[in-house]
Amino acid sequence: MSVNRIYMKRTPLYQQHADLGGKLVQFAGWEMPIQFEGILAEVKNVRSYTGMFDVSHMGRLEISGTDSPDLLDKISTSHISNMSIGRARYTLICNDAGGIIDDTIIYRTNENTFLMIPNASNEGSVIIWLNQCIDDLGVDVQLNRLTDATVMIAVQGPQSTRMLQSICSSDLSQIRQFHSIESNISGNAVKIATTGYTGENGYEIISDTVHGPEIWSTLIDMGVTPCGLGARDVLRIEAGLLLHGSDMDAKTTPLEAGLNRFVSFDKSDFFGLSALRSQKASGIKKILIGFQLEDKGIPRHGYNIIYNGNVVGEVTSGTYSPSLDTGIGLGYVPINVFERHHNLQIDIRGRMAKARIVSLPFYSRKK
Amino acid sequence: MNPTDRYYSSEHEWALLNHDETVSIGITEYAKDELGDLVFLELPALGTSLQKMQKLGEVESVKSVSDLFSPISGEVVEINQNAIDNPEIINEDPYGEGWLLILKPSNSKELEDLMPASEYESFLEHLEH
Repeated sequence: MSVNRIYMKRTPLYQQHADLGGKLVQFAGWEMPIQFEGILAEVKNVRSYTGMFDVSHMGRLEISGTDSPDLLDKISTSHISNMSIGRARYTLICNDAGGIIDDTIIYRTNENTFLMIPNASNEGSVIIWLNQCIDDLGVDVQLNRLTDATVMIAVQGPQSTRMLQSICSSDLSQIRQFHSIESNISGNAVKIATTGYTGENGYEIISDTVHGPEIWSTLIDMGVTPCGLGARDVLRIEAGLLLHGSDMDAKTTPLEAGLNRFVSFDKSDFFGLSALRSQKASGIKKILIGFQLEDKGIPRHGYNIIYNGNVVGEVTSGTYSPSLDTGIGLGYVPINVFERHHNLQIDIRGRMAKARIVSLPFYSRKK
Repeated sequence: MNPTDRYYSSEHEWALLNHDETVSIGITEYAKDELGDLVFLELPALGTSLQKMQKLGEVESVKSVSDLFSPISGEVVEINQNAIDNPEIINEDPYGEGWLLILKPSNSKELEDLMPASEYESFLEHLEH
């Protein structure tokens, strides 16, 4: 008799994780390490030294063709066609109603070639959306999925430049934030980008699947701490970075999610523009807040946010913050609550813990 | 390795009979490995009477929260304030400095219902398969 068995995808670094004793869990269909030594130790290493993450589960889509700059302008809330070669930009992909299909980073690698990094859990829906747009608009754009042919490693932390420089042929200090270059690590071609999801300075390296595991092992030998998804989640929440699927989805707009700065209302057209314009004019009804607990406890996804005895919203992400030594979280509340009241409560399994709305990010690195 | 001087519950707590007939309670190495970094610990007040398998508190790690169950019945006569203030000592030394509380058992025969170390270890092996 057959049993229900879940087949999980593995990144080319799977064996490295297993050998290092990483605790493996299912995430967006992938078998990924949630932690190695321990979440708090890994967070501390990224904040004070350097840590690295296997982020090969995220999508890597090459978008090329003469119409690719125009198509990307059409599907992004930010300006893409005016980016210079080597530039990277965080942007949102919205549906016609202004709901967020995914948030992504787009790199311009050539005049008519771009690299898009969708979230692992959204890669399928982004590909469908792109193909649909290409067909409907009849444009000359080719989509090439590089996800399985490449490895992506995020090296993050204050010592990341020094660590990476010793094995890299390019002068890393010359790359500005949110840029990428074609480079070499140990003689093999890689793309190196100055992007990340931790709130620290850092790099994301894209390599082929043959050399990716070698780069990972080299960095391990150099003393870079391997980190799992657990630390990544704590770091990104502390840095006030949202996670699609938790903190925003296709029913949330960028204005509600507090991502206004990534919406270019001066653009002539993009999917969702008219819906977002009218929402901007009429005003949003709910808004994403960051809050800090004043009582003991950890807010978690799905816990109720309480004001004056009434449930006014739900926690979308929460964690213990080692940098602040308190519970922190994100969630949505009605705009009138946000405008008048900054002292809320979080229902932690029946216990009402005091929480205060604070501005994001919770943590910023010292510059 | 789980020390052989104490008893273990299927909820991954240990119970150690002290010389004064009280029983110290803690969580096992397996439990703390499963939970990961502990950041909060909630324990009952001194004097609380607990029934066997009654919820006695909570341990919360960065990733999850778990209820603690009393492996035996008894009255809480001491709690480990150091573990409440510094839950990381439970991760560092679950069988020593990271003890949770001490009970005055109402029926010390209940200890015999728990598992000795060797039985607990085969119980763990079954869990992993």
